[in-house]
Amino acid sequence: MNSKQEEPMNVNRSNAGRRRYFILVAFLGISFSFAHAQFAPSAAAGSALSIPLDHLLQPSQLNDLLQRPAHQPPLILQVGSHVLFSQAHIPGSQFIGSTATPAGLELLRNRVASLPKAGFIVLYCGCCPWSHCPNVGPAFKQLRDLGFTNVKVLYMADNFGDDWVAKGYRVEKGQ
Amino acid sequence: MRRDSRTGRGWSRILPRCGRLICGRALACAAFLSIASLLANHALCYGKTPAANQQAPAFSRIDLQGRRIRLADYRGKVVLLNFWASWCAPCLLEMPRFVEWQSSYRAQGLQVLGVSMDDEASPARALDHKLHLNYPVLMGDARLGELYGGILGLPVTYLLDRRGRIRSRFQGEANLGKIEAQLKILLSEQQ
Repeated sequence: MNSKQEEPMNVNRSNAGRRRYFILVAFLGISFSFAHAQFAPSAAAGSALSIPLDHLLQPSQLNDLLQRPAHQPPLILQVGSHVLFSQAHIPGSQFIGSTATPAGLELLRNRVASLPKAGFIVLYCGCCPWSHCPNVGPAFKQLRDLGFTNVKVLYMADNFGDDWVAKGYRVEKGQ
Repeated sequence: MRRDSRTGRGWSRILPRCGRLICGRALACAAFLSIASLLANHALCYGKTPAANQQAPAFSRIDLQGRRIRLADYRGKVVLLNFWASWCAPCLLEMPRFVEWQSSYRAQGLQVLGVSMDDEASPARALDHKLHLNYPVLMGDARLGELYGGILGLPVTYLLDRRGRIRSRFQGEANLGKIEAQLKILLSEQQ
């Protein structure tokens, strides 16, 4: 009898425990989300951080691609400043200009207007540390919105000087 | 005979054949690595970044206010030469501190010089006005960039001593405390 009388109390205790556990988990979840939103780098649409990882290309991978003469090289577009481009750029790459501005995005649209949607395009900038690059995110988003399916973005953690030139990969100078 | 045992001939007797082979290969590897290192350094020298204690490359430009700015005119002052651009977020974080330093350390002989690497002057002018820059800003180009080792990523800041020699170079998101500490050392030095 005693055990039967105690059973509902045990059930109540166990429900209360579950509630406390649920509240604790919910509290931790909300706190974590808040902290993440406050302190994590922003991955707002259009920022470099919003580019999916499987669309990033490491400098070593692109360098390997450029070493294979048998392969059709991708169309490489520099979407940063002209002062940087004229000092050094990836051989064969073409200058578009800063795609952080509507004018730059229009130049990019015009450049790719006649290209097949499955064409292999590599975008790069390297003006400043990756999370601060104002150019690659909008350029990538625009090409995706236009329906291009094979777009990669060269991942430059710090800048073009450190992540490409200092590694000894080939460069060209000039316009 | 005892002396002979300490000479090369002696060692050749002591070391077994395979040991000598390993030594030879190790030497060959060391030579290969040295050559590879030299080649790598050559690649790094693409932009010929001016070395520490080397005289800073001279330049003369017109600033945004229309004044002629010659680096040589600042001999006797400690110069903070900052390459920046309006689209560079880390640059915009640093510049208000440079404005503060120009005010606080002016009497001790600090001169900040800004070089905008923007493609056009209009965004640099707008920022000059917005941030109330209290130091000259000139427009950079590829030639000036190459003179300073290739400005292939921003920001880049050089500290020059009173004799016009490069004493430090900071690239990327630099630790401003470290720059200021180095600045104080240079300001405490006499010409």
